[in-house]
Amino acid sequence: MNMVKTKVTITNSLGMHARPAMAFVDAASGFASNIKVIKDGQEVDGKSIMHLMMLAATKGTELEIVAEGDDAEQAIESLKDLVDRKFDEE
Amino acid sequence: MKLLDFVCTDALISDLQATDRDAAINEILDKLIEAGAVEAGLKDELVSLIIERENHGSTGFGKGVAVPHVKHENITKMYAAVGISQKGVDFNALDKQPVYSVFMLLSPKDNPDEHLQAMENIFSNLQKDQFRRFLRQSTSAEEIKDLLNEADTQQLPG
Repeated sequence: MNMVKTKVTITNSLGMHARPAMAFVDAASGFASNIKVIKDGQEVDGKSIMHLMMLAATKGTELEIVAEGDDAEQAIESLKDLVDRKFDEE
Repeated sequence: MKLLDFVCTDALISDLQATDRDAAINEILDKLIEAGAVEAGLKDELVSLIIERENHGSTGFGKGVAVPHVKHENITKMYAAVGISQKGVDFNALDKQPVYSVFMLLSPKDNPDEHLQAMENIFSNLQKDQFRRFLRQSTSAEEIKDLLNEADTQQLPG
């Protein structure tokens, strides 16, 4: 199985609150790959908003995103872009 | 951070009367005002901000729970209220199912990190089947408070 991972840093000032978390889930759900998001060893399902909210990813938080599946590369590219452009919040 | 650090224990409702989202938001906010956690003069604005937020994307994330929330510059201290419905509330949840437990969170505008910590705490607990079940089964404010205390002291299995 094709596995791709990347590291991102949350840079929008409000952090990954509900709206960005939903945007992340929406984007992740568009891919067949399994998506995991990891913060300090805590691993959650990147397609679950409840899980993402459990990360308390404030501004400055480093997250690892891991995608596993046929479209893993596209998924990582798309999710990294979403975080890097501050979830279109700023 | 613990739930009882920010949950207003005078704003725990075990028998929400509202059966639709907007009425539930009003009912819970009224309770927070009655408890003195938020000024009555802010109510209309907070109601419309919360509803606007819900219309943008429901915080009824599934599993019978909803977490409507708002940040406002005139809120000086973070407070949450809990409303339990026996009948179920139509909250326009993502899974289209009724909502039985509502956590409403009011946060100051200038402390986004504290807001995320509170959300983390709320969701870590709502993620637990036992917590959701016990919450829904609560029949008094006292029972809700006891459950929150058990969650804070980690007496509930994951």
